[in-house]
Amino acid sequence: MQIIAQILFAIALVAGIVFFARNVKRLIRNIKLGKEVDRTDNPGERFAKMARIAMGQSKMVRRPLAGALHIIVYLGFIIINIEVLEIIIDGIFGTHRILSFLGGFYNVLIAAFEILAFLVLVGVILFWTRRNVSRIKRFWNREMKGWPKNDANNILYFEMVLMVLFLTMNAADYQLQLNGATHYTSEAGIIGSFPVSQFLLPLLDGLSNSTLIIIERIAWWAHILGILFFLNYLYYSKHLHILLAFPNVYYSKLTPQGKLDNLEAVKKEVELMMDPNADPFAAPAEGEEEEEPEKFGASDVFDLNQVQLLNAYTCTECGRCTSECPANQTGKKLSPRKIMMDTRDRLEEVGEIINKNGKYEDDGRQLLDDYILREELWACTTCNACVEACPVGIDPLSIILDMRRYLVMEQSAAPNELAIAMTNIENNGAPWPYNQMDRLNWAKEK
Amino acid sequence: MAEALKVPTMAEYMAEGKKPEVLFWVGCAGSFDDRAKKITKAFVKLLHQAGVDFAVLGTEESCTGDPAKRAGNEFLFQMQAATNIEVLNGYEIKKVVTACPHCFNTLKNEYPSLGGNYEVMHHTQFLKALLNEGRLKVEGGKFKGKKITFHDPCYLGRANNEYEAPRDLLRKLEVELVEMRKCKKEGLCCGAGGGQMFKEPEPGNKDVNIERTEQALEVNPEIIAAGCPFCNTMMTDGVKGKDKEDSVAVIDVAELIANAEDL
Ligand code: SF4
Ligand code: SF4
Repeated sequence: MQIIAQILFAIALVAGIVFFARNVKRLIRNIKLGKEVDRTDNPGERFAKMARIAMGQSKMVRRPLAGALHIIVYLGFIIINIEVLEIIIDGIFGTHRILSFLGGFYNVLIAAFEILAFLVLVGVILFWTRRNVSRIKRFWNREMKGWPKNDANNILYFEMVLMVLFLTMNAADYQLQLNGATHYTSEAGIIGSFPVSQFLLPLLDGLSNSTLIIIERIAWWAHILGILFFLNYLYYSKHLHILLAFPNVYYSKLTPQGKLDNLEAVKKEVELMMDPNADPFAAPAEGEEEEEPEKFGASDVFDLNQVQLLNAYTCTECGRCTSECPANQTGKKLSPRKIMMDTRDRLEEVGEIINKNGKYEDDGRQLLDDYILREELWACTTCNACVEACPVGIDPLSIILDMRRYLVMEQSAAPNELAIAMTNIENNGAPWPYNQMDRLNWAKEK
Repeated sequence: MAEALKVPTMAEYMAEGKKPEVLFWVGCAGSFDDRAKKITKAFVKLLHQAGVDFAVLGTEESCTGDPAKRAGNEFLFQMQAATNIEVLNGYEIKKVVTACPHCFNTLKNEYPSLGGNYEVMHHTQFLKALLNEGRLKVEGGKFKGKKITFHDPCYLGRANNEYEAPRDLLRKLEVELVEMRKCKKEGLCCGAGGGQMFKEPEPGNKDVNIERTEQALEVNPEIIAAGCPFCNTMMTDGVKGKDKEDSVAVIDVAELIANAEDL
């Protein structure tokens, strides 16, 4: 019987890990559909930023309540996972609380896990209340219907169940130890310390050892299977951020937020135009292949860079960006969160095609228009409030800008008034129709 | 203000074989917009008062390309940049000051990789430096004790992390500095950036400048201080939209300093 349980456990574990590895491979494959971008500079500064923002959650606490709750759940989640290590070893070898040889320290550990589990439970319940009862505005925007809304709640239910299972398992275990049940009892006396689950003991009062064992085993199995399920749910969820927040912050932009990149392809063309000796009609030099003219800007995920695609997978859908966005606050369609979610959803759509056909085949759809509307793109003031607000270092503005570049440079599709301003700049060096020769008139006016 | 201001150009300096301490980059708004021209003049008066040896490009100046770039026209931006850099490098410019955060950001951050490397300062930073060097005196004149709130320009604040220079100057004026609910890193845009200044907004339920003006009015200021000609226009329109133009003025930090002493 015992050996069958061990085998089943090993199978579940391997299956969970294999499936997870498959998802990670797909994730990396999809991100690599984007253009390469060099963010290997200043590793020290990048590492420090990652430590501060991803590990230290320095941006989360800008909203103190949400930030504090998130830190509890985050720390709790990480620390309680040490316990998973023991569960896995016990599962494979059929042992009971293998780490208990740590003695007094083990008791401290278990006690800490219990307290954290309780705090996580409270935190998650408060999160659920904020989302569903207080109905905080940023959780109810247009883009938060359907899956995104369910996903957020699923995770909360999930964590509640996991924590309850963990505490139930401990309570039953404790009672079994008190009862002196074989396999559970150790010569050293009670192992573990149960500051929270001891309060559950009255619920188990009068149950036979065999019933207790069933409860303990069910809780134990459901807990570990739940964790394996969670691991594989991540890929389909905004909860990927628990893994991706780290690389995402690491690869985020270090330069001032106001600095937008200068397109290299344009640089070359402008150099040619400014160079009086260059012959624009010259045939390419011998042996030099005629390059395909580079596409300016982005109309689909392939035109974005890998960091932008990583951004899309990392987005937690928290909506802090959107709630700070001047366009969104004044009722425009633009929502920087939606920009990120659309990018991810389109990337997933492309990924699904590759899963089916082995390679991407044009499906007649693209990020522009089929996901992100022009009306959204043109509402942006490039104010960087979204970038500043994002707790995981995402840059929605860079995607908006790249898509504007496509609209303007590939499609000549700027809104009319903007096109006029640009013509003015081109002809007379100012966005308004004033003569450049009048530029110093102000000095003579009284 | 009877006589015209003395505003030397780089061409004149060049002809005399001289080099100024700093180039004043006036910008399109500062050159052509009636409201912004007043800011330009106020700043020039302060430069004179502090004895700064400066010059402007005058008719050789052209749009930095900021609105084009942010509207997606990278091509036009880089053409503008190339033209301007040629002029600036031709005059061997080392240091630039401008009263427009958009010009400031573009010149400082986006020109270097195109061959334009200058020390670039926003006028509030420059004035603060003059103050620290003892070249400019800023003290409470007309505005002493007045309730003033500062609206952070996105391209000075968030974009370039400068929140204190304008505030330090206001403090020197001994005004009662009050902060809006959303300020500094979290400051709300006036609605002009990214090319919005030149187009109608997309459909929505409010204009951004009205939202921002409402935030400013929440703290009951007598003056909304600005540091950008575009913010200035937007906030002025917002104040008018709220029928408050008789009780609330929108004034650039440079104007406040110049007017405090009736320059
Ligand atoms: S940069 Fe654009 S999308 Fe981001 S907050 Fe500002 S207006 Fe909104
Ligand atoms: S982009 Fe950042 S701030 Fe916006 S929803 Fe995603 S994680 Fe939140």
